[in-house]
Amino acid sequence: MITKEEVEHVGWLARIEIDAKESDAYAEKLNSVLDYFGQLDEVDTEGVKPTYHVADIVNVFRKDEVTESMPQEDVLANTEHKQEGNFKAPKIM
Amino acid sequence: MVYENPDGIRIGLEVHVQLNKLKTKLFCGCSTEYHDSEPNTHVCPVCLGLPGSLPVLNEKAVEFAIKVGLALNCSIVEQTQFHRKNYYYPDLPKNFQTTQYDFPIAANGKIIIEGEDGEHVVGITRAHIEEDPARLQHMGTIDRSKGTLINYNRSGMTLIEIVSEPDMRSPKEARRYLEKLKSILDYLGVFDGDLEGAMKADANVSVFWGDRVEVKNISSFKGLERALVYEIMRQKNHIRRGGEIVMETRHFDEARGVTISMRTKEEEHDYRYFPEPDLVPLRVADWVPGIRETLPELPDAKRERFMEQYGLGETHARALTTEIKVANFFEEVAAKVDPKDAAVWVSDILKGELNYRELSIDAFTVEDIVAVVELVTGNKITEQSGVEIIRTVLDDGGKPQDIVEKKGLLKVEDDIVATAVEEAIAENPDAVADYLGGKEKSLNFIVGKVMQKTKGRADAREAREKVLAKLNE
Repeated sequence: MITKEEVEHVGWLARIEIDAKESDAYAEKLNSVLDYFGQLDEVDTEGVKPTYHVADIVNVFRKDEVTESMPQEDVLANTEHKQEGNFKAPKIM
Repeated sequence: MVYENPDGIRIGLEVHVQLNKLKTKLFCGCSTEYHDSEPNTHVCPVCLGLPGSLPVLNEKAVEFAIKVGLALNCSIVEQTQFHRKNYYYPDLPKNFQTTQYDFPIAANGKIIIEGEDGEHVVGITRAHIEEDPARLQHMGTIDRSKGTLINYNRSGMTLIEIVSEPDMRSPKEARRYLEKLKSILDYLGVFDGDLEGAMKADANVSVFWGDRVEVKNISSFKGLERALVYEIMRQKNHIRRGGEIVMETRHFDEARGVTISMRTKEEEHDYRYFPEPDLVPLRVADWVPGIRETLPELPDAKRERFMEQYGLGETHARALTTEIKVANFFEEVAAKVDPKDAAVWVSDILKGELNYRELSIDAFTVEDIVAVVELVTGNKITEQSGVEIIRTVLDDGGKPQDIVEKKGLLKVEDDIVATAVEEAIAENPDAVADYLGGKEKSLNFIVGKVMQKTKGRADAREAREKVLAKLNE
């Protein structure tokens, strides 16, 4: 069971503001999602290895060769908040 | 003698090493040579975390990581993968850091350091690959910041995080561990330790065998020792006043030399680690034998060999094998002159002059130091003149032979010294009388006169001997 407090905590971790009314609603919704996934627990997985990828491939690499980076103006194109080539964020800490 | 560790100090270090000798970042082809570049010029959709971009692993980065693992005497994992460590902070624009979690590439190693009581083994718990976050620059002071500037050039650089066991028993041992680690990595050619951000450490510290406190934000060897000395003192004082040490994370303020408690951070489970779906697993255990063959002779082995092959004492051998460049330089010099002279001139004299000027061994040539050693051992110039030549080459440039001529450093012939001795004695009867009357200091006066007459080119020790011989005739 996901509690209201857990919803608020997860919201805080994601820096999303969730007020008291919303947290009740989210708790209910998240619990129904979890219940649904809970059905998977009914499957017998004895002796089955965990699957992280559906395709059974390993070792995909690229060579250590330089490719072109983006021009600075393109990098900063999606923000209004910039200064001397940097992104500018509100104060952090 | 066994070190008793009276205060029950345990220190473990987590060291982040940037593999900056790679040409490209960990998951994209952006160049790693950003150190003198404008902000945000070495970034692409992958390291900027733009939607739809996909990471592809740098093969060489994995090779380097295995190399590091083997050099730290670790075992290399059979199969591994990457995980997402989720946290919301603008130093990583994806809102997660791609790292390794339950299967680090290397684990269960050890290195040997010079401990409080001789050789001391420090266990390596694990070493894993992860990406470096961006550089944040706070505008104004940290508590009165007006904003934060973000430069993603560093974002996505390859890091190896090397976690030690809490085996260090003093700040000095912690520094020695860091130095040893740096030396090994330097030998492997995987990083340039002089670049900004090449090596960073977090420390776990506890006293009286108690709970540990994590100290973050340590960026230099000197800083590490200061941070640890402070933190140990703080914990001891706190306990003496009846307090209790609780597990927490503290931030080292380098300017003030203190550690400051940080707000409670996310707990490990709050990072919600999960396997990175955009990267397939790695099965690279079969690379190990091939990579092991490429491992160079490491510092401990080289030190042993230097002692055996060149007949050096441990101090010289250690000083000459800390940096691979210095070790190679020494061997070239030792091939041309007596290795013991080479050790003295490279380790005691040249390195001292270089350190004083904050220069590396690259600032001097093998040819020049060989010339200096030959001039001194061939009795052409005094040792002091040899030092002067080294200083002149470093400060003004030029070749040793030319400097000898220009400065008139050639030792004067014996008969000229002999004449100067006779003159000095004849011209200073008072001083002679004083000396013969028991005033030792008067001898220095007469020797000084000899040096004056020969314009300093006589060897002071020889001049002294000659004056003494003459006076005792």
